Amino acid sequence: MSTVDPNNDAGGDELRDMVLDAAGRLFADRVGRELWQATEAGEFPRGDWDALVEMGLPRALRAEADGGAGLALADGLALAELAGHHALPLPLAETLVGNHLRAGLDGGVDDGVVTLAAADSRLQLRRVGNGWRVDGALDRIAWGRHAAYVIADGDADGAPQRVLLAADDLDWRHDASLAGEPRDSARLADAPVLAAADCPVHTPTVQHWGALLRALQAAGAMRRALALATDYANERRQFGRPIARFQAVQQQLAAMAGEVATAGTAAEAAARAIAADRDAALMIAIGKARVGEAAGRSAAIAHQVLAAMGFTQEHELQYFTRRLWSWRDEFGAEPHWQAIIGEHAIAAGGDGLWPLVSGL
Amino acid sequence: MVSFRFDPVTLPASTLALRDEVRAFLAEELAAGRFTPHRNSWGTFDAEFSRRCGERGFIGMRWPQRYGGREASALDRHVVIEEMLAAGAPVGAHWIADRQSGNNILANGSEAARASILPRIAAGECYFAIGMSEPDSGSDLASVGMRATRTDGGWRLNGTKIWTSVAHRAHYLIALARTAPPGDDRRAGLTQFIVAIDAANGVTTRPIHNLYGAHEFNEVLFEDTFVPDDMIVGEIGAGWQMVTGELAFERSGPDRILSTFQLLRQLVARLAETADARSNVAVGRLVAHLVTLRQMSWSVAGMLERGASPELEASVVKDVGTAFEQEIPEIARLLVPEQASLTRGDLYGEALAQSVLSAPCFTIRGGTREILRGIIARGLGLR
Repeated sequence: MSTVDPNNDAGGDELRDMVLDAAGRLFADRVGRELWQATEAGEFPRGDWDALVEMGLPRALRAEADGGAGLALADGLALAELAGHHALPLPLAETLVGNHLRAGLDGGVDDGVVTLAAADSRLQLRRVGNGWRVDGALDRIAWGRHAAYVIADGDADGAPQRVLLAADDLDWRHDASLAGEPRDSARLADAPVLAAADCPVHTPTVQHWGALLRALQAAGAMRRALALATDYANERRQFGRPIARFQAVQQQLAAMAGEVATAGTAAEAAARAIAADRDAALMIAIGKARVGEAAGRSAAIAHQVLAAMGFTQEHELQYFTRRLWSWRDEFGAEPHWQAIIGEHAIAAGGDGLWPLVSGL
Repeated sequence: MVSFRFDPVTLPASTLALRDEVRAFLAEELAAGRFTPHRNSWGTFDAEFSRRCGERGFIGMRWPQRYGGREASALDRHVVIEEMLAAGAPVGAHWIADRQSGNNILANGSEAARASILPRIAAGECYFAIGMSEPDSGSDLASVGMRATRTDGGWRLNGTKIWTSVAHRAHYLIALARTAPPGDDRRAGLTQFIVAIDAANGVTTRPIHNLYGAHEFNEVLFEDTFVPDDMIVGEIGAGWQMVTGELAFERSGPDRILSTFQLLRQLVARLAETADARSNVAVGRLVAHLVTLRQMSWSVAGMLERGASPELEASVVKDVGTAFEQEIPEIARLLVPEQASLTRGDLYGEALAQSVLSAPCFTIRGGTREILRGIIARGLGLR
């Protein structure tokens, strides 16, 4: 249980509400079938990205001196949930956190896309003169071909590192997620490193940050899928009445509501933990594992309620559910994180289990 | 559409200090051999343990001091019961009185009822049962058939209550009875009465043994049972609103999450030597569920503390929480090659047996899964 309230500052609340309201309106205005289809066709919607940049969203977590909004971390992370709620087909979540992490790397910030390297991309660093060179592979990186920078977990002779790489010189092999978003791969051979910093054991890695973002985005997308499914159930009539009147449908949607509420709780708890720097790695593991499970169940129920209509290109549900199916796998699917939690719990032992659980 | 909010709570230092105080008390009790961790914590009746809890001020904690309480917050109460259940302490004697009956009497009872009953509950000396279900009235509670008829200075009750846990050892139950025939609104005309469980006053308790042979619940028969006016809870005819209000307290607590925690604890202990990738994943999954459910249950405690009526959120916690409780034995038995046994005498096998045998009731007692999901569906605007 959190003993720190990151939202206890009234001025901070006002700023957060202002930013989230403005972002919510911008997403509602711009995100829809046209934008989804454009990005799936391989286009990077520059005008829409520029609108996010103009509003200051990608650098909202940076200090005002860096052109940021100086938003508190927990508040800024709420943007990821909101982006998921709108299925925003742009790398806002990655760049938001990327710019935050860049403050601890080269300290720079610009309007380019920053992306995060996924699970199995741990890179090998070598000292060359005052700098580093890096070898390895970047595998299925979100928006890689459109990125200016990649932030990745690296390893320098056993010492965990966080590294900043230039992305635009890389030879990206194009691929896509289930939602049609770019997921690109590149090989690094003796490649230059823009900046590197120690990432001590037990502190969140880039993979943790990515997992947290996907948990928040998925929680937002599930919230939307539930709204779409309940609206549909109230409109669609069969046997002379809205299908919402059938208990079989009510029971399924109530079960989905439980999953959605649980996912939201787990994702937000992880965000608060990283903001408060308290048990962050473990709480992110818990958040990603729990949200991943809820994502699959929620998507299945929403599709069952929408039936054939939800299985078409026409209905917007699929833009949310295809993202849920992608996001639950990215930066580590459930078993990856569950194994970490389980090792932790079993190491605590029978008598240590409750102190562990109740201390979170 | 309503979206359910489970806002985080911030535990004040005083609540964290109270956690330490309860842990010290429980450690002392364990060291003195006064209880062994029970598989079925709130189903285990131990009047001596309840009295010691009363002495420490762990019962009726939120009530005013003049009624024996300590005017503690909902968070303080939550931390105490959470620790009791996690330790497997035998809290069954005072459980119902502390969780719901006492709160109901404090909010809706007469001054005479409050003054004569609440201090005894808080002392751990006075126990309650729930008089809601009847042989023909389970999930459809508004159909209760128990009749209350006006008489000099009070009411006379006739009818039967069933599935009444601890009625054979409790001092009172709160009975929901019909004081007016059902009209257009079948939820009107119901009233709650505090009834002393007293054979001389026409109350007969008959045991019903559960599927593993334990005597926890009962059938209770009422024959011209007299209840004085000052033992009416709330306004005549307003029983339904009170019953549903009470359920927010009944449905969201750690008792809807931790019923099989002793098995999870024994499982984790048992895996110390044999853990492998598969068991790590399985245990990690359960712990992820538990940690998240705890956050939700605490969030509801925070809402109760702020004076909100989180009936919907409480229903979500019970629906998700009881499914989790039921899952623990189903998963444990796949990880440890050992048969469940109530009698072989090892902690793991006993905890597994107890959990398997009691699991069906988790999604029945206090509102079935189907009723809860109906409430949630109404909150979603589906009915």
